[in-house]
Amino acid sequence: MVQLYQATLRSRLLLGTARYPSPAVLAAAVQAARAEVVTVSLRRESGGERSGQAFWSLVRALGVRVLPNTAGCHSVKEALTTAHMAREVFGTTWIKLEVIGEDDTLQPDVFGLTEAARLLCAEGFEVFPYTTEDLVVAERLLAAGCRVLMPWGAPIGSGRGLNNLFGLTALRAHFPEVPLIIDAGLGVPSHAARALELGFDAVLVNTAVAQARDPVQMAAAFALAVEAGAAARLAGPIEPRDMAAPSTPLIGTAFRG
Amino acid sequence: MKIVVNGAVHETAAAELSGVLGELGLGDAVVSTAVNGEFVAASVRARTPLTDGDRVEVLAPMQGG
Repeated sequence: MVQLYQATLRSRLLLGTARYPSPAVLAAAVQAARAEVVTVSLRRESGGERSGQAFWSLVRALGVRVLPNTAGCHSVKEALTTAHMAREVFGTTWIKLEVIGEDDTLQPDVFGLTEAARLLCAEGFEVFPYTTEDLVVAERLLAAGCRVLMPWGAPIGSGRGLNNLFGLTALRAHFPEVPLIIDAGLGVPSHAARALELGFDAVLVNTAVAQARDPVQMAAAFALAVEAGAAARLAGPIEPRDMAAPSTPLIGTAFRG
Repeated sequence: MKIVVNGAVHETAAAELSGVLGELGLGDAVVSTAVNGEFVAASVRARTPLTDGDRVEVLAPMQGG
């Protein structure tokens, strides 16, 4: 079980809803992932296409909790306005707060992020900040009122996995009680398993599933990996060591002495 | 009166924001609105006047990561 604000979730796999080959594949992938939370966004709607209306009907039919994001926002002002719009449309105080500071890496603008988080938390939003593994920024986000942090594994959509293992491990160790969700950059299920083995509470995956040759199969694979990683964490992994340690007992070995 | 809706120039006969949504065929749609970068709640669209050159955003649920 993972506690995200007032919600207690069984699934530790959150799924993004973008870049699937079709709405039907998206729906099947959410089911295969056994996800209880999906991320959604807001974009300009035209009266002719009304594509947003069809998408919203599909998501509501899935019966899962939605986590709206502020993707594409580059300033505190844009993020605040988008958060207000999302709260009204989606009927939730949850907001995945993204304030992008650099376009090549989609690295968060952590200064704008902490300021926006402070203002939104004060208004009663339950903020899920998309951040880096920086410990000081994490401290500021918690002081701003965030009760969940979403550090990146690697740049969004890159599929590189856990880029800064040292930094992420330090983040986990510094904030043992804070729900931490690895958001962005995971490529394969083993990345997700690794994150859970390290003690992260959950992962959010989008591109790695949506752009796989078979997104539904990949969603199922991520679900298994997350389960395996969480079970391994509970089981207590051994510490790595530099030299060999024979697993077969040496006492009574033949041909010796 | 000329306003800008979702980045495109729009000639409107409506005096209020709710009227513009009707002109766009989005009167009944699940959308959220902003005028000149400020969020405008659905409950106050009918009493939100527009002036020439206003920039209106009409957003709807969309796929996201």
